[in-house]
Amino acid sequence: MSGIKDRVAIIGMGCSKFGERWDSSSSDLIVEAAYEAFGDAGIEGKDVQAAWLGTVGSFRTGQPLAAALKLDYIPITRVENACATATDAFRNACYAVAAGIYDIALAVGVEKLKDSGFSGLAVAEPAGADVNPPVPPPSQFALAATRYFHEHGISYEDGKMTLAQIASKNHHNGTMSPKAHFQREVSAEQVANAPMVAWPLGLFDCCGVSDGAAAAIITTPEIAKTFRDDYVLVKGIGLSVGAYGIMRNDWDFTHFPETVRASQAAYQESGVTDPRKEIDMAMVHDCFTITELIIYEDLGFSPKGKASEDVAAGTFTLEGEVPVNTDGGLKCFGHPIGASGIRMIYEVYKQLQGKAGGRQVKDPTLGLTHNLGGRPGSFTCSVALFGTRD
Amino acid sequence: MAGISSFGAYIPKYRLGVESAGWESSFERSVANFDEDSVSMAVAAGIDCLSDRNRETIDGLLFATTTPPYAEKQCASIIATALDLRRDIFTADITDVLRAGTTALKSALDSVTAGSANHVMVIASDSRQGAPKGEAERNSGDGAAAFIISNESIIAEQAGSYTITENMMDTWRSAGDPFVRSWEDRFATEEGLERILSEAVSGFMKKECLATKDVAKLALYSPDARRHVQLARRLGFEPEQVQDPLFGRMGNTGAAFPLMLLARALEDGTPDRLVLTVSYGDGSDVLGFKTTSYISEAGHGMGISGYLDSGQILDSYETYAKWRDVWLTDSSSRRPQAQSPSVTAMWRETEQNIRFHGATCNQCGYIQYPAQRICVECQTMDDSTPIRLSDQAGTVFTYSLDYLAGTVDTPLAIAVVDFKPGGRTLCMMTDREVDEIHIGMEVEMSFRKLRVVNGIHNYYWKAVPKRQAK
Repeated sequence: MSGIKDRVAIIGMGCSKFGERWDSSSSDLIVEAAYEAFGDAGIEGKDVQAAWLGTVGSFRTGQPLAAALKLDYIPITRVENACATATDAFRNACYAVAAGIYDIALAVGVEKLKDSGFSGLAVAEPAGADVNPPVPPPSQFALAATRYFHEHGISYEDGKMTLAQIASKNHHNGTMSPKAHFQREVSAEQVANAPMVAWPLGLFDCCGVSDGAAAAIITTPEIAKTFRDDYVLVKGIGLSVGAYGIMRNDWDFTHFPETVRASQAAYQESGVTDPRKEIDMAMVHDCFTITELIIYEDLGFSPKGKASEDVAAGTFTLEGEVPVNTDGGLKCFGHPIGASGIRMIYEVYKQLQGKAGGRQVKDPTLGLTHNLGGRPGSFTCSVALFGTRD
Repeated sequence: MAGISSFGAYIPKYRLGVESAGWESSFERSVANFDEDSVSMAVAAGIDCLSDRNRETIDGLLFATTTPPYAEKQCASIIATALDLRRDIFTADITDVLRAGTTALKSALDSVTAGSANHVMVIASDSRQGAPKGEAERNSGDGAAAFIISNESIIAEQAGSYTITENMMDTWRSAGDPFVRSWEDRFATEEGLERILSEAVSGFMKKECLATKDVAKLALYSPDARRHVQLARRLGFEPEQVQDPLFGRMGNTGAAFPLMLLARALEDGTPDRLVLTVSYGDGSDVLGFKTTSYISEAGHGMGISGYLDSGQILDSYETYAKWRDVWLTDSSSRRPQAQSPSVTAMWRETEQNIRFHGATCNQCGYIQYPAQRICVECQTMDDSTPIRLSDQAGTVFTYSLDYLAGTVDTPLAIAVVDFKPGGRTLCMMTDREVDEIHIGMEVEMSFRKLRVVNGIHNYYWKAVPKRQAK
């Protein structure tokens, strides 16, 4: 097993403006992201030899990607894998290039959520016997919050304030993120006092619902050198799919084994042994504030049960020891499901190139992205690591 | 001799009462929650009646109601499956008349007497609806009673029966009508209730060579409290002979009413007493039961008394009106229209969804819900034994309160429940007070109606806080 470390490079990336893109179709969003990536890499659509399209609900096949970009009868595969959809599309493109099948591959993630006619996520499940309780995403993670507070002896008030600080931090970062859906400061007090959505999570504990797309051009490090000096290397990709957590009486609901396993795989592949020290920034799946809190522990940034202390100490702010969600995260970008993973890679890519503007982290060399989707006990999680060239 | 070997009851948790804003009556009545109906209440009464009895011995199930959820499709089969009874039993719905409960009881007694069955369950359950703010709504209640009719271990043996059948149009509800209708009160009382019941009770006495003084308790149907007092007097019974009809606490529970009063009378546990059950509707059934010495040691479940004393007054009439779709709400706009469930999938998952079976791995003993082909603990394939989890106590491991999930019952409480022997499920909670929910809370499972889509009534189990008499 040789792993993916240093075997593929990103030479161009693009990201659409995220938000309520009433006037843009899914195809429009794809064009916006892909053409930024083509321009960034200095290639044209005809240079792409194979493509992967990540989407959960916007398209059923890979064909719309060809139609939007007028790609030239190349192989295209649609990928759907819960909230890890975009990262998994990217992962498949990386493996094809690493295998030597293609020189230049394109990975695109897109989602159009705002055509559904209501405010939440419109994910249609096959009807089946239809007896499972409706557990909208806020409730799925509220189950974890309730148990986390209980298990670690955190009062409701203290727990709410810790979560509020996470949301407020991400909103602060979002003010410096021109492509974010939300770009306003939100104070911790506002977060803590917002209307309840799924107790104990309030409105500002939840990420937004947006439209968006993001794209990456992948090639080999050797070819990358002919395009640019500041290409970014893939250092590791882990993917973990949970099967049966909810059926086990011993699962604690206060950690997500899928995140632990996906990160361990990525760390092993890239040679990371002390993530808190070695990783310079992380874009994580803050679909809800409690998710980000638990992720700190599952990724090994904080000891179990101690993430609240790190939040209080400012560990994850832009100036902190491990800046998390420097672009504002899902909190500010919303979560167009099929696009989010590559949007995160876009931020890490820009940070590693020193092009992140007011939110630039000082001299980063290693960045992480993380996606988590599904239901408690049966998540799908991706963790990817990216580094500057040697 | 055939008779009653076990009984149980169910009264929903909620009540309309003086404290309910907009309820213009000093009388309290029981109210089925939005997810309860005659079928779900029948299952609850059945569980109360079966308690730890071996369910394999039951040979038949008769379900009596005037409010079956289906016009075509049997309800007794749903109830028998939810109660985890055998497959090779006979089942029937006895419907369309207030007399259905006693008719079912009599049929079961006849079957056992004839020797075609040893143990037959009879469950009467009703949730009749009167027009908003009308007399029928005020005097009605929701509830269910269950009996096992047997030829052994009898607590009350059959002591005669008598029936009058008369085509009488005093109370009716046509197909498609939401509310019960009735003819002029004075006609219905004089030419209906009083005349027919007098004839039925005197006919019974004559046939069985008994006098009213021989009766220890009279479990008598009546549409309301006032007429109950008048009727009992007219039939020649002293007040102390008459079983309290629970008007002002429960209300007239339709086809289940005389059976619920019979259950209440049996709860006293006094041997050697004659109890008379009198129903009314297109005639009348009169059934006599003589309690045996076994009744004092037999014991019973929650029963009428237990469920009566563990109620909760609704905040307002408005809440009830929303539950009955009398007051239409806007929750539907938050989520896309529900799809029809797949009947094929419902059938395939009957064991897990209706019988609520999990599985115990034969290799490692791990209990899992739902049953898995590959064991979640030791990965052994196709080697497990079903375990019924519907009557297992559970505790809340964690929960959330969802304000946007589009339920009538906002916030929707979603709980992860750990069962005592092992096994875990993620389910909805119902009959819950938001402030009482906590990690470690004791819950039990209750069979409820999730929703009706495409005319399909989809039932499943929810967690409810353990009902305890106050």
